[in-house]
Amino acid sequence: MSDRKTCLEVRRAGPLALLQDAGRFGVRRLGVTQGGPADLHAWAWANHLVGNAWGTTALEVTMGGLELECTADTIIAVCGADLGVALDGNPLPLWESVRIRPGQQLAFAQPVNGLRAYLAIAGGFAAEPVLGSTACVPREGLGGLDGFGHKLEAGDRLEAEASSAVPDAGARAPLDERPDYAEPPRLALLPGAQIAEFDGRSLYRAFNTAWRVDDRADRMGVRLRGPELRCRLGGMVSEGIGLGAVQVPPDGQPIALLNDRQTIGGYPRLGALTPLACARLAQCLPGQEVYLMVTAPERAHRQYRRFRAGFR
Amino acid sequence: MTAALPRIESAGLDGWMIRLFDAIDEANMPWLTALVRRCEASFGDALVDLVPSYTTLLVVFDPLAMAPEEARRRLVELLADLQPDATCDEAAPRELPTWYDPSVGPELERLAERGDMSVEQVIERHSQVEYRVFALGFAPGFAFMGRVDERIACPRLETPRRRVPKGSVAIVERQTSAYPLESPGGWNLIGRTPAVLFDRHREGFSLLAVGDRVRFVPVSRAEFERLGGDVRSVEASQ
Repeated sequence: MSDRKTCLEVRRAGPLALLQDAGRFGVRRLGVTQGGPADLHAWAWANHLVGNAWGTTALEVTMGGLELECTADTIIAVCGADLGVALDGNPLPLWESVRIRPGQQLAFAQPVNGLRAYLAIAGGFAAEPVLGSTACVPREGLGGLDGFGHKLEAGDRLEAEASSAVPDAGARAPLDERPDYAEPPRLALLPGAQIAEFDGRSLYRAFNTAWRVDDRADRMGVRLRGPELRCRLGGMVSEGIGLGAVQVPPDGQPIALLNDRQTIGGYPRLGALTPLACARLAQCLPGQEVYLMVTAPERAHRQYRRFRAGFR
Repeated sequence: MTAALPRIESAGLDGWMIRLFDAIDEANMPWLTALVRRCEASFGDALVDLVPSYTTLLVVFDPLAMAPEEARRRLVELLADLQPDATCDEAAPRELPTWYDPSVGPELERLAERGDMSVEQVIERHSQVEYRVFALGFAPGFAFMGRVDERIACPRLETPRRRVPKGSVAIVERQTSAYPLESPGGWNLIGRTPAVLFDRHREGFSLLAVGDRVRFVPVSRAEFERLGGDVRSVEASQ
């Protein structure tokens, strides 16, 4: 398309860089997962700072290791984890829109604070939607640059959609919107239908334990290590699983299910993390401490509305 | 103690779980498909996703477009006079042509041995039953169907295969399915279908939907190849 231009070329891909719009919706009944940004909060801010509407495709960079050459004069923003990102060797300010120029080198190093950074570009990254979304899910072979679920590879060229109003550089997210991901987060959980099937001691432990993020943690889910939680229900008939569902398999170690989770499953659940709690958990590295905290639906709803109200 | 069914349960900020039944039964499905249609009509643009599965329906809505309590109120209304979907049983069953052969179905012999029967009897027992799609999950277009004749029911493989070829027809316990794409998997493989189970360019994407009735129709190797099937053995694809 003529109104698209190549803006970044991938020199080195790093372990995992995925294009993500808001996610793939309306097809979960076919066994197709949700996808979308693991950290909705940082993704939304990155798009917002470069003038993009909610849902625009941005790049999720996990761990770092990604090196890009700029081929256009445009505006970008990087939000979320501090992955030691540098522009021509100089630290790039996070949570702030920045002008880039052809020939400049943008490089993500490794995690300094948090796990996933979001790179948004004015206009948004161009990719053909598949099943209504550009969200890249390698396991399903859906979305991403070519539509077949490939993560970024060296040599890929990223194009930006034309933007009617490229904003000036220097737009910043307020300081209280920039989490310190090294702090142990308190993850808000809405209790679910099986919560009463856990014994009292297990429930006490669930909400009074410093859980540790296991190294089995990815975009499908994050396993937490701690005391064993016991549930009177063994397996259940498989049923739909919402974002953030905290399921407890027979080994008693909870798993918080994130964007690329399977669509149905049969383990009892404590409940579901709120979308913002999922976002926060997605920034935790293995070994990090997290707490689960029961929240009221009204409170969670209010908080989510407030978050979304800031973005167009 | 739990309240009587149907029940509407909390499923996070943007979802309600409707529990209609407590056990797997083919007769559940016309009720679930009816509820799916009614939710689509009632929620309109506020609807994000519906996930019917065996005994439940997960309703996911946009909490900015509809308050959770309003969504719940509508679901109570829909459930009050719900009737099963009659059209579910009117359409002809879907047919999946299947080449049953040990080269593409290496567990055919295991099932025959377990059930003390011939491979031909395994094939007969699998292909003579009309199945119902209980749920889609695990992978896009992967349909969990039942119920398999208990004489050929079989637990999952102890060691899952790293690569199950696309189209593999499989059994685990009293369920059967066909793999839409190559993927890892622990089901017992008994044959292969050339049917395209998931196609991003087809309207509706998935060949099978929850509630569908399905038959596996035995075909020869020649017919399987004519229909575009890939005859490479499971062993060769490991």
